[in-house]
Amino acid sequence: MQRIKAYLRAMGAIVWKDLAAELRSRELLTSMLVFALLVILIFNFALELDIKARDSVTAGILWVTFAFAGTLGLNRSMASEKDRGCLDGLLLAPVDRSAIYFGKAIGNLIFMFIVEIIVLPVYSVLYNTNLFQPGLILVILLGSIGYVAVGTLLATMAVQVRTRDIMLPILLFPLAIPVLIAAVKASNGFLQAIPLAEILPWLNLLIVYDIVFIATAFMVFDYVVEE
Amino acid sequence: MAEKPHLLKILDILTLVLMFIATGLVFFYAPVEKIMGLVQKVFYFHVANAWVGMVGFTVAAIVGGIYLWKGEKKWDIAGFAAIEISFVFFLIAIVSGSIWARPAWNTWWTWDPRLTTAAIVELIYAAYLLLRRGVDDPDRRERFSAVYAIFGFISIPLTFVSIRLMRTIHPVVVGGSDAAAQGGFSMIAPMKVTFFFSLFTFSVFFVDLLWHRIRLGVLENKVEELRWSVD
Amino acid sequence: MIVVRNLLKRFGPKIVLQGLDFAVEKGEFVGLLGPNGAGKTTLLRILASLSRPSQGQVQIAGYRLPAQAAQVRRRLGIVSHQPLLYGDLTAEENLWFYGRMYALPDVKPRAEEVLRLVGLHPRRGDLVRTFSRGMKQRLAIGRAVLHDPDVMLFDEPHTGLDQDACAMLDTVLSEIAARGRTVVMTSHDLTRVADLASRFDVLSRGVIVASGTREEIGPDNLLRFYRQAVQSEGDV
Repeated sequence: MQRIKAYLRAMGAIVWKDLAAELRSRELLTSMLVFALLVILIFNFALELDIKARDSVTAGILWVTFAFAGTLGLNRSMASEKDRGCLDGLLLAPVDRSAIYFGKAIGNLIFMFIVEIIVLPVYSVLYNTNLFQPGLILVILLGSIGYVAVGTLLATMAVQVRTRDIMLPILLFPLAIPVLIAAVKASNGFLQAIPLAEILPWLNLLIVYDIVFIATAFMVFDYVVEE
Repeated sequence: MAEKPHLLKILDILTLVLMFIATGLVFFYAPVEKIMGLVQKVFYFHVANAWVGMVGFTVAAIVGGIYLWKGEKKWDIAGFAAIEISFVFFLIAIVSGSIWARPAWNTWWTWDPRLTTAAIVELIYAAYLLLRRGVDDPDRRERFSAVYAIFGFISIPLTFVSIRLMRTIHPVVVGGSDAAAQGGFSMIAPMKVTFFFSLFTFSVFFVDLLWHRIRLGVLENKVEELRWSVD
Repeated sequence: MIVVRNLLKRFGPKIVLQGLDFAVEKGEFVGLLGPNGAGKTTLLRILASLSRPSQGQVQIAGYRLPAQAAQVRRRLGIVSHQPLLYGDLTAEENLWFYGRMYALPDVKPRAEEVLRLVGLHPRRGDLVRTFSRGMKQRLAIGRAVLHDPDVMLFDEPHTGLDQDACAMLDTVLSEIAARGRTVVMTSHDLTRVADLASRFDVLSRGVIVASGTREEIGPDNLLRFYRQAVQSEGDV
């Protein structure tokens, strides 16, 4: 009991620390947001988003935007721990290393959600569609969890690598393909009002992906941070 | 470094003989497929290559797990060896698949589940090789490699399922129901013999290469150690 | 308090510590001397459970490393080259954060107390980013003593500090020593440890080559003691 309490407290402390620091500097969120909006802007011109084209590609554009902005955030969040040697500070605490993983992952997830919550209305206004549908929100939730679960672990590795600025997307994207495909398909399903039975396999896939990778990351995180 | 083991010499020769026989079977024993003609012969080695690739990636994931558990260098050497070899085999499988796809589906590349998954898998292990080159500290390199080999391997079935859910036009050769309709074919006995013999041959070839590559890895490690002991 | 036997640490093919024996009694203040690259930082990182020994036994306060690392971490504080502080948090927020990581019962009063101890109480609400090197180092010490550890490790704590900051650091260090804590401090600058430590160990090429208490060596002989130790090793 005591140990579980200490575990949760350490986890909460990391989340609190990341949010408090970010609330002050707003470095990470602003760069993620500006980047996300730029990606949408580029898509707008690259794909010539007229009304017809828009319907079929909205889900794809959203997820590419989230994935790119997410990578930026993940890299920054771990790099700031590594650069000031703060990773050592976290490792010195008498808690299981997985508490550090979950703390960082939850923090990253919150940042990603904030970006998504801002991007959705902006996109809705720009293209005169309503993206606030419960189904889509659920997909974004599930998709982001899987993406961040893998991303946090890989970012922890990437920041310790010599070629770290380019390493995270190279490591993350091939592994994130299932989650991106499933999220795009499910989002598209909800946006096009396809019957739920046809969307269900995608939601199942997202849930399986989330569970499998959170469990694996939980087991191997020790080896990624220890010397 | 010990002298080349006797068994390995035998394995080398065995591989060579098997390769000759397999090639012979493909060209002179297996009949020419009626609809697709000669190009169908690519199929025997194409599947064998893909098979060996998957075996290697599986071995690397298992060995990666053992490395994390035991922390012994030899497991890292074996895992790296398996992935390096399989990376090449898989590339050949993708290229030969493309050669097959041209007459069968009238296009060099189709976004069918197996082909697409294969391409993504190849990218996963390209990332693995890049990761290894990016880490200087050997200890850290070994740990990261093992973790990534495990992560990459776990994602393969998920990738396959996700792409499969989208659509499929790949022929289901063994046990498929209406294979012909999808550009596939049903195998008659000599084809089956050739097919399974090719699988066997390439499996032996893989073991032979893996053994050589592990020996090379051990040697590399020795050189590295010697270099440090000099200064 | 600290018992190290036959410790070996390898970084790939490179052997940094080779069969090192090292022991520190409770309440001792050991100055760990040695040239750059001797393995001082590596030894300290292993004692702090940040790095795993390749071979050999390490015991701190009766707990074995790496098996009982959590027990050791609870009883150990380290000040390293980097302050391990977050620039976008204030001084007190940094301490609150670490207090929660250590699951301390009363984080806020304890943080106040520590801030007074290191003389940063007036600036507790300022962002650490705005602190000078010396102030960061003081806060880093505050961070390290927050959970009242029995064993303290200092890795070149004087690096990059000006005269005043060094003097301030020395006061804090002797205060820590006076409270009966076990301290190990590395330095390549003898003058820094000369007044503080009760025992001096010289580390060279991954082994302890000489060891002596302040009384054994004598007040003015430290430099000669150190030179002899390092040179005799160099001849081999």
